[in-house]
Amino acid sequence: MSELRVRALVWIVEDTWESTVAEASAYLPPDAEVTILHVADSEPEGVARAARHGLLGRHPPPPPPRQALHAISEQAARQLLDDARARLGRAARLSARRGRVEREVVAAAEAADILVLARDGDRAQLGPRSLGPAVRFVVDHAPCRVLLVWPDATPSIATMPPPPDPPTR
Amino acid sequence: MPEGIALALALVLLAAALGAAVARSRSLPEAAVATGGASLLVATGALSLSRAGDAVRSLAPTVAFLAALLLIAEGCRRDGLFDAIGALMARGAAGSPLRLLAFVFAVAAGVTAVLSLDATVVLLTPVVFATAARMRTSARPHVYACSHLANSASLLLPVSNLTNLLAFHASGLTFAHFGALMAFPTLAVIAVEWAVIRRFFAVDLERPRQPVPAPVRPSLPRLSLITLTLTLTGFALSSVLGVAPVWFAVAGAVAISTPALAARATSATILARAVEPGFLIFVLGLAVIVQAASDNGLAAAVRDLLPAGTSLPDLLAIAAISAVLANLVNNLPATLIVVPVAVTGGDGAVLAALIGVNVGPNLTYVGSLATLLWRRVLHAEDTDVSLREFVTLGALTVPTGLIAATVVLWCALNV
Repeated sequence: MSELRVRALVWIVEDTWESTVAEASAYLPPDAEVTILHVADSEPEGVARAARHGLLGRHPPPPPPRQALHAISEQAARQLLDDARARLGRAARLSARRGRVEREVVAAAEAADILVLARDGDRAQLGPRSLGPAVRFVVDHAPCRVLLVWPDATPSIATMPPPPDPPTR
Repeated sequence: MPEGIALALALVLLAAALGAAVARSRSLPEAAVATGGASLLVATGALSLSRAGDAVRSLAPTVAFLAALLLIAEGCRRDGLFDAIGALMARGAAGSPLRLLAFVFAVAAGVTAVLSLDATVVLLTPVVFATAARMRTSARPHVYACSHLANSASLLLPVSNLTNLLAFHASGLTFAHFGALMAFPTLAVIAVEWAVIRRFFAVDLERPRQPVPAPVRPSLPRLSLITLTLTLTGFALSSVLGVAPVWFAVAGAVAISTPALAARATSATILARAVEPGFLIFVLGLAVIVQAASDNGLAAAVRDLLPAGTSLPDLLAIAAISAVLANLVNNLPATLIVVPVAVTGGDGAVLAALIGVNVGPNLTYVGSLATLLWRRVLHAEDTDVSLREFVTLGALTVPTGLIAATVVLWCALNV
């Protein structure tokens, strides 16, 4: 039998990374080739830059390099990825991307057999609202298998809305 | 020179000065374009030298006021005030993004009111961004809150926005009276922003989270807090003491800069840059150009457009027209155009115009439709921002905020 190892991509997000990593650790085959991915959202930086441009005619000095937003977000991502690898407890490649989050994740998943990610919406009840726009996009467009994690306790099926009334005869 | 040609020339030069400010070209600074345009208008006789002199003289105290405020903000930055605020917010938020947003609202409104919107955009926003990163939560709602409140919370005091300083100087209001009349309109706009941003980013704000360790309690920098307290007290008492508020700003700037200069913690060069001399010259040039346009028919046109009464519908119309103008040509020229006309309608008309020019810029990208178009044409940065999100947030907050603030202003004027 050929020894093809599963290539797993674990996409972590700031708020929910620990659950995602814990589930990846529990459910991925022990010999899987794991890559942990973080995508820095470039939008807040864009908004901050746009606000500076809105100050017509003013040229405030740029912040020192280490305090530039870009540097702050890069350092935060690096730390998060390091913490995630430590929590995973096995060898993993780290990948830091930046840009439109959902598109970057889909692009990165092209080289994977399975993508592990956490729901980013309403976690109180089962249903379509448990996926926010970013995860919805990734799940809809993922070019591989998907392991979709509830970031904390899975809601009971009692939270599911009742079925529509049967048609009256 | 015939009036029509003079008006056309002034408008072309106004567009050139604004275009230069947007393009940010080093070889053609906007201060040079604005002063060049002003000189051309005087040279061609579109504006007499004495009228140009009047415009510059009447604006000079406002420009000095602005310079002093910029020095105070720079002093607070140097003193570590903004870093301390970041640590305080992180502690107070205790790991909850929603609580962090509440702190960001309070701090952004306070910094904007006291140190002006520039301080919120330039000095506070990076701190808020870093705080969210350290807390391991999405920075999106918090950065949007900063950029929105920089405009919408800038109603409160004459020092909160250059537009207010211009109007304050033109109106006969005292500092304290201005603040008293604008207090509730400001709160109304902030309430609208809170309701919208809280719901719009509900997903980001309510994600389940693992706790992160809270940072240690920071020590607040004393020099900047004392300076700010004394300067604000001076502003509030200025009319009672019979001293113009600008002198308290100058005293504050000296008080916060001198110790740093003596300790060599800063230099005259750094302070000179902090004052943004290019911007001050740009404002003076712009004022002369707008004066030429106003004298040659623009003021008459605005007078026809702007309601003269102080009924609620009149004030709403003034706020709306000012907001549209601020989105077309940016709020600084909009203020220079509208306020001299609005002054004849009394305090209510001036303050309604300020609501329009201050809150309005959140409607379109970076506060100006024209700016957006130019930036697009120039293939400049900002391509990362989802235009839809930006515009949706603007559409949800600005019309409601304008109406809420103007209604509350009308109530404040009639009690």
